[in-house]
Amino acid sequence: MRMERAVTEAALSNRAQLSYIAAQAADARVNVELETEGMTLNIGPQHPATHGTLRIIAKLDGEQVVAVDPVMGYMHRGYEKLAEVRTYPQVTTLINRIDWVGSFANEVPFILAAERLMEVEAPPRAQWIRTILFEMSRIANITLFLGDMGLQVGAVTPAFFAFRDREHVLNLIEAVTGGRFHPNFDRIGGLKDDLPAGWITETRRVMKKMRQYCDEIETLVEGNEIFQARTRGIGVIPAHIGLSYGLSGANIRGSGVDWDVRRDSPCGMVHNETDWKVWTHPDGDSFARFWVRLQETRESTRIIDQLIDNIPSGPIMAKVPRIIKVPAGEAYVETENPLGVMGYYVISKGELVPYRVKIRSASFNNISITPWLLKGVYVPDIITILGSLYFILGDIDR
Amino acid sequence: MSSTDASTEQDASPATDAARDEIVARFAAHLGDGLLESHVVPDVDIWLRVSRESWREAAEFAKNGLGFAYFSFLGGIDWMPSPFGREMDSQIDITLGNDEASKIDQTIEQGIAGGETRFQVFARVNDIVNGLGITLKVDLADDDLSVDSWVSVYPGANWHEREAWEMYGFSFNDHPGLRALYLPSDFEGHPLRKDYPLLARRMKPWPGIVDVEQMPGEGDDEDGASSD
Amino acid sequence: MSASLNILGELSYWQQTGIRVGAGLAAVLLIAGTLVYLHLFKLVSFMQSRLGPMEAGPFGSLQLLAEVGKFLQKEDIFPRKADRFVFAAAPFVVLMSTFLLVVVVPGGPDAWFIDTELGIYLAMAVSSVSVIGILMAGWGSASKYSMLGGLRATGQLIAYELPLILAVLGVVIQAGTMNMQGIVYAQAEGSIFGWDGIGNPYILTQGVAFLIFMVAMQAELTQAPFDMPIAESELVSGYMTEYSGMRFLLFFIGEFATAGVFSAIAAVLFLGGWSIPGIDPNDNIMNVLGPLVMLVKIVGLTFVVFWARFTFPRFREDQLQKLAWKVLIPLALTNIVVTGILKVAF
Repeated sequence: MRMERAVTEAALSNRAQLSYIAAQAADARVNVELETEGMTLNIGPQHPATHGTLRIIAKLDGEQVVAVDPVMGYMHRGYEKLAEVRTYPQVTTLINRIDWVGSFANEVPFILAAERLMEVEAPPRAQWIRTILFEMSRIANITLFLGDMGLQVGAVTPAFFAFRDREHVLNLIEAVTGGRFHPNFDRIGGLKDDLPAGWITETRRVMKKMRQYCDEIETLVEGNEIFQARTRGIGVIPAHIGLSYGLSGANIRGSGVDWDVRRDSPCGMVHNETDWKVWTHPDGDSFARFWVRLQETRESTRIIDQLIDNIPSGPIMAKVPRIIKVPAGEAYVETENPLGVMGYYVISKGELVPYRVKIRSASFNNISITPWLLKGVYVPDIITILGSLYFILGDIDR
Repeated sequence: MSSTDASTEQDASPATDAARDEIVARFAAHLGDGLLESHVVPDVDIWLRVSRESWREAAEFAKNGLGFAYFSFLGGIDWMPSPFGREMDSQIDITLGNDEASKIDQTIEQGIAGGETRFQVFARVNDIVNGLGITLKVDLADDDLSVDSWVSVYPGANWHEREAWEMYGFSFNDHPGLRALYLPSDFEGHPLRKDYPLLARRMKPWPGIVDVEQMPGEGDDEDGASSD
Repeated sequence: MSASLNILGELSYWQQTGIRVGAGLAAVLLIAGTLVYLHLFKLVSFMQSRLGPMEAGPFGSLQLLAEVGKFLQKEDIFPRKADRFVFAAAPFVVLMSTFLLVVVVPGGPDAWFIDTELGIYLAMAVSSVSVIGILMAGWGSASKYSMLGGLRATGQLIAYELPLILAVLGVVIQAGTMNMQGIVYAQAEGSIFGWDGIGNPYILTQGVAFLIFMVAMQAELTQAPFDMPIAESELVSGYMTEYSGMRFLLFFIGEFATAGVFSAIAAVLFLGGWSIPGIDPNDNIMNVLGPLVMLVKIVGLTFVVFWARFTFPRFREDQLQKLAWKVLIPLALTNIVVTGILKVAF
């Protein structure tokens, strides 16, 4: 093709120019004839299936994929650069918006890293409430996935049930923090506010409802034979490959790896004060990932039930100065967020603002396996596999 | 965070201390001169700085020799303080001032586990079975910002290295295809470098620390900066 | 022809044809409209625990009028590389097959469009024409999504026609005629082991064929779980992606009209058509009641179709084909063999 010849023949020493021309060629190739041999299909960035603006350039041979190239960055907001000019509480506002579906969980590792640098520990009451809200954001996030996975394979109804039942959890989060989607509630040294009256009884009621919802999804989606035919054996990720790509969360637990940061490297949260279980599934296919997430949601409701009964009393905020200057140093904290393992590497030079914040987001690693994983699958399976890996664009693009 | 040696911190539980110290010792034994500096915070974390030549070897040893099979992330650090003023502390426009007091201190000072150059690449790998993690750092020579790629050891490093290339301008030898990840293909410059300006701040300077933002129309009786 | 319809016999050929054409249009469009409202707006909404359209008219009953008006006033978009004639003609081809199908469906002892010995054979032959329309839509849109959708649709529709026809064969063997009216009469005047309380609806004796017909019908309508051609989460809308405005409306109405007409055929074949147990099928009142009875049976069968559509996830293309070729066709063939044996034996 003309474009490719131009690329190879021109004496290009300038890497930027080379990549520019290659990008133009790629775009041109996509819009060319309608052959199905070696057809290039552009999935996204506007597409009902991808959770946001992810563009997947799939080179097909009939209905089978030969190569896949995800193109992202449509939502890149430059958080790492922005964090260098924001004070620590202001960074919390920013990072709420990384994984906007379970957004309280985004703040926690950053706050914990800053607390480690300041050598401040949040009082027990704050730690317990932090854990409860953390698990609630997990429930809010994964119930969306449970309904949405049905949508990816074609069942339109579970998605509505997901949104209907998620409302209860979002209402709870709103009652405490004031925001359904962007709570911005965590502060260095504790939390912004205490719990409102009657919240604990309401939480018990809602947790029961969420367990009912999980049962409903189990019969409606997981037990459905067509769903199983669509997801079993699709997108199998062997454990060692998943580890070397950095997959985390339910994606790696669905491949049989028994690793959960909440249990193994807890930091500042009190999951291990309760009796809970880490769920794994040996198969490593899309069904396994769905199954693990379903069990995890139920487990979260049980964790919250146990925590709710025993919240210690006390202050909600440790003694920290009004204007926070974090002492110089480096700290890395990672937590088991709903999407996977999220970590913040904070480098501070003793100023009001962090010097460098490196955000390790879960979906970035989760999606980096797709060029390897999607070779040789059918086109419908692309959507199933992407759905089962479950990414949120804000998490990939930061 | 003080950089005291592990040996003087006795309040940490001996078990983790021993585990982390042993990892450092085995790295030192395997890499020899390749391991330039190490820092262990007991019960918390390990930092290691290796030489450029042994960057990939360190990865291989971590994965195959020590069982650190999980690749967490890889990124870059620019240690030069930003030459632009109007930052959080400044109440005046520092770049306009010519006197000594308003010059920004441009000394490059590295963080934990030291360093000798402006740019560093750092990466983190985990050992899931034992719940340990290592942060590895490497200096990049100022005139040749390149280092070996980790893709042959940890395939997941592919996208992280692409991001480091486009954000900092590092190049990774033997990388299967360094091209833009986030930015459009005709973007010029490397945004995460400190001397790449954040345009929003150029346009609108930092208004100072406010305690409570004024409601629109509320009087000017309170000064914006109510820092104490 | 009975006495009351002699008046029709006195009209000229063109007037009769005019009435038939008008009645046909009305039948198709009214049925489609009713189905859209009942099932698409209300049934699915209640299943998904929401109310559906409530604003336009009482309980949203005029929503379809609003939708039709919206579609009619939209810009008629042609993709730049599209073959204009093929692209424009495709919806008409699909709709034409629906109208041709409806002419064989009888509404009463004398309320029929045509009464031919070919009956169901004609219906099956004509229903395949829609495949051409879908392929035209897919190819003529000059878009990869549409073409993928068109190719998937062609494979699926051709595969599922065989179980459809084979299921019908069982009914034809049992009724002894391909004439649709004949099949209705055979059921209305038949008896089950001597008891003729409800006649002999073939759903009882041809239960397997009924199931096969319903499954194949779902696939012929490209409804979930067989909606790979329109897989919304992958291909946006498959072969319908590039259509907007009135042409999309034609596809949309065509989808529901075809569902209604196929259900009508199923009602005739398996549920006894326009006859009700208790009323003599030759009675004149059936010319008025017949269409109403047919409407009720159509709504009942389409209820099942749409219920399945909004519940199940979709099959992948190869699983779909496997189901057709390896499960439905052998089952239908066995059904024919058994029916034949029983017909001869009894």
